[in-house]
Amino acid sequence: MSATAAGDPPASKAEARFAEATQLQLTWWRFRRHKLALASLVIVALFYAVAAFADLLATNDPHATDARRSFIPPQGIHLFDENGFNPHAYGLRGVRDMRTFKLSYAPDESRKLPVRLFVRGYDYDLLGLFRTNIHLFGVQGAKAGEGIFLFGTDQLGRDLYSRMMVATRVSLSIGLAGVLLSLFLGVLLGGISGLYGGWVDTLIQRLIELLRSVPTIPLWMGLAAALPNTWSVTQVYFAITLIISLIGWTDLARVVRGRFLALREEDFVVAAELAGASQGRIIFRHMLPSFASHVIAATTLALPAMIISETSLSFLGLGLRPPAVSWGILLQDAQNIQVLSGAPWLLLAAVPVTVVILAFNFLGDGLRDAADPYG
Amino acid sequence: MLIYVLRRLGFALVTCLFISVLTFVIIRLPPGDFVDAYIANLAASGSSISVDQAAAMRHEYGLDRSVLVQYWNWMSRVLQGDFGVSMMWRRPVTEVIGDRLWLTMVVSVAALFLTWVIALPIGIYSAVRQYSFGDYVFTMLGFIGLAMPNFLLALILMYFGFRYLGLNVGGLFSAEYVQAPWSLARAWDLAKHLPLPAAVLALAGTAQLIRIMRANLLDELRRPYVVTARAKGLTERRAILKYPVRAALNPFASSIAYLFPYLVSGSIIVSLVLGLPTVGPLLLQALVAQDMFLAGAIVMLLGVMTVFGTLISDMLLMWIDPRIRLEGR
Repeated sequence: MSATAAGDPPASKAEARFAEATQLQLTWWRFRRHKLALASLVIVALFYAVAAFADLLATNDPHATDARRSFIPPQGIHLFDENGFNPHAYGLRGVRDMRTFKLSYAPDESRKLPVRLFVRGYDYDLLGLFRTNIHLFGVQGAKAGEGIFLFGTDQLGRDLYSRMMVATRVSLSIGLAGVLLSLFLGVLLGGISGLYGGWVDTLIQRLIELLRSVPTIPLWMGLAAALPNTWSVTQVYFAITLIISLIGWTDLARVVRGRFLALREEDFVVAAELAGASQGRIIFRHMLPSFASHVIAATTLALPAMIISETSLSFLGLGLRPPAVSWGILLQDAQNIQVLSGAPWLLLAAVPVTVVILAFNFLGDGLRDAADPYG
Repeated sequence: MLIYVLRRLGFALVTCLFISVLTFVIIRLPPGDFVDAYIANLAASGSSISVDQAAAMRHEYGLDRSVLVQYWNWMSRVLQGDFGVSMMWRRPVTEVIGDRLWLTMVVSVAALFLTWVIALPIGIYSAVRQYSFGDYVFTMLGFIGLAMPNFLLALILMYFGFRYLGLNVGGLFSAEYVQAPWSLARAWDLAKHLPLPAAVLALAGTAQLIRIMRANLLDELRRPYVVTARAKGLTERRAILKYPVRAALNPFASSIAYLFPYLVSGSIIVSLVLGLPTVGPLLLQALVAQDMFLAGAIVMLLGVMTVFGTLISDMLLMWIDPRIRLEGR
């Protein structure tokens, strides 16, 4: 960008804007050029919106079991009927195959369940603050055992769609909490390593190498299996977060160390040092702003691994425990091929996992490219 | 060079030591000790032992000693190949594991080779034909490979295999060979079953490796020496394969070091889904039943296996790359 070389007056408004832009603005402009990353940002934001308003979006109580409605296939909402616009779903009629005694469901076209916006359902705390029973949409005046099952139901008759909404909250928040903890460890140890060098650096680098050369899943399994059965859902949740982040911090530490080493040699850091700035000021005022964006990008790229870890552990039955609902727990039901061949919709929980991991990968790539001023 | 080898070997040994400490921690993590678990196990089957007997057992296993002494005792037994007795199976751990460890190894190594075999040509193709249709297709496939946890892929393949082809895609052996002793026919049967689990495992690593290979080769292709080679009239094939590809291969080889632990790790969970007779299902059973000697032995053996896999890859790298060979001097 030679247009704003010293002494030359900015030739145009655009260049003036460019010359005055802050680091953050520059990064944002560069980021905007990646359409895929921008789209991923929207998707990630939507996922977190779902996480925040999971209960609002749910149509049935995600924990309510009902033996009479197990393995209902996904249902659609019909928008129109003979009277024009009238969103509705059909009631269901259970039909038992007298040869196999397997219960299957057929839509009962004589019974129309009106689907409306803002209907009353089960009680929940909106954003953890307000007690309410308003849901974004659902069957108006639903009786017990009635409702719409957009993604079908599982063996215990729980609504998969509502469970997936709630699972999004658990899976995404555990990923976020895990990555924050890794970030803390990574910045701390990576920073110490890069800043002090010498034997401290060697020690931390060897530790990272050690952790990376050990297969993680057996290790996680061992640690997770040791959590006492008596622990509450919340305790297990935090323990799993801790276990996952204990191994996940190494990548972040490497990025932070690398940036520290690179920046330590930069002229402006040396200048600040010569001007007598304290070490804290050099780090926080001069160095941190120029690598914060790298760290953010690395954090974004670390998130998918966290989500996969939690999903894998819960899938194995060693992670979160019911009644907690996460993507891994939902997929656990799909583990059995016999069950799966009868109820393939149980695999639907794989879709959000894949989509959100892809989105985080693209977003992280875009952020990393945008954060690099020489890119 | 010798110094380099010795240094890597030393590091491998330290890593093994570290793994052994971790394993010991895992063995000791569940509340109660081995004897408590043994008593509970006996009670479940209707018999019991007296308090004195329990105390005698504790003494015999050294459980009344300090943690350090216990670690030392355990470690010295492990070094002699004695991993203790599995409570679940009531047989020595080594006997329970049997050839499952080797099968784990076979699956992981097969996945590693498959990763290379797929990633190398595709990586070269994607770099040489940058932004072509094929490049985009492979990039897209690669992203999906990265985004889909391998156990999910295994589940989906199982479902489609079962539903549309009517076959059970799991397992490493046909029914008649599951219990059979090793023979050429059984090995051939294993080889026939290997591609699917290996492919499932390899996908994510392949995606990663293609991206690395593509980026490295693109860097190399822009170097002046490639232009010179072309200007001198070398054939395109020779101008690309002779030097740029070889130079780009270096990071490729070093990737083994981090791919291998990842593959071993992945094989555990994929084995569970596909029902492979590796140590994966055994580890899960052992952990759920808190059969800690069995679980500990598996964690330890897997760790040591990976460390030596990494060591071999380091040696390989040294053999390929003279820069690393010289660094050790």
